[in-house]
Amino acid sequence: MSKANLLDRRQVVSTLLANRKDVVAIGGLGASTNDITAAGDHARNFYLWGGMGGAAMIGLGLALAQPQLPVLVITGDGEMLMGLGSLATIGLQKPSNLSIAVLDNEAYGETGGQTSHTSAAADLVGVAKACGIADARAISTMAEVEAFAKAIHDVAAGPHFANVKIDSASVERILPTRDGTYIVNRIRGDLGFQPI
Amino acid sequence: MHARTDAADTAPNWPDDIFATLQRYDVRQVPYVPDAGHSKLIQRVLGSSNMRGIPLTTEEEGVALLAGAWTGGHRGVLLMQSSGVGNCINMLSLIPILRFPFLTLVTMRGEWGEFNPWQVPMGSTTQGVFELSGVKVLRASNAAEVPAVMEAAAAQAYNALTPTAVLLSQRLIGAKVFTK
Repeated sequence: MSKANLLDRRQVVSTLLANRKDVVAIGGLGASTNDITAAGDHARNFYLWGGMGGAAMIGLGLALAQPQLPVLVITGDGEMLMGLGSLATIGLQKPSNLSIAVLDNEAYGETGGQTSHTSAAADLVGVAKACGIADARAISTMAEVEAFAKAIHDVAAGPHFANVKIDSASVERILPTRDGTYIVNRIRGDLGFQPI
Repeated sequence: MHARTDAADTAPNWPDDIFATLQRYDVRQVPYVPDAGHSKLIQRVLGSSNMRGIPLTTEEEGVALLAGAWTGGHRGVLLMQSSGVGNCINMLSLIPILRFPFLTLVTMRGEWGEFNPWQVPMGSTTQGVFELSGVKVLRASNAAEVPAVMEAAAAQAYNALTPTAVLLSQRLIGAKVFTK
């Protein structure tokens, strides 16, 4: 089932975050949150352990609140499929500082590798474009990942969307904190907000 | 098309009272699913210079949006109808986990002279669903009590981080009627 020449998820995520500067990064429920952790724990990492389907909308709310800040959602194909409508909402709002990178292994890796809709039918780049997200890219090379990593910082040109085809290999689980209040308050503190 | 059941509500200004409370609490992001009962408030939000009305495709998007908004420093409020509460259930789990201020204003269907039986099941369980999900419920049944209910709800949601839903009863809004 594994296809040749597909990208390594950890390499993709570490490249997206290598020169992150002030980026706030939101992981989707599942392996993408572990990938963000593997790239290095950071005060501006938003680790999602639940609320499947919500990653892109968390990104939208944050992007609208902080319009000068690059906001990057890194999620999986299964999580994105559960919140497809959010692409329509984002396409309508057009937050120019929001980027979404989908790590698409065409499978639900956390639950036994069942195939997802992207394996045979759903084209997430097509969905994003049809929802009004003009910069929607299909990525299959590391050179394209590097170009997208630069685009994330162009906060006047988004929203940016990329569907990155990755291999379906299982990788070591590197788990971040599960304390949601800590995660949110750490980001807020780094953005300069005091506790209530 | 809503019939007004109480004479005092023929020209309702309670949506203006809600808008004033939201302004006073510096609410900035207002996700909503279009709804007749909220139409005047939505118009006020869309016409406001400091609030952003954000139409959703489904209500659960709004719960996640408000989590992100708070992380970025914005207060928000979710506008929906009782039927939409059912669409939110799993996403409501983010509220206690992330402990962000959550306020939602829910126009009720399935009560007080409802015409459409399909609205009754969710309208009947709206309060229970919220309470099982850890969201406190307040209700406004007439226009006169809207300002006080809104003030209480906003205070406990934004100041005390107590997730709160305000049910705007069908008696307040007027039962929906279908005419041939």
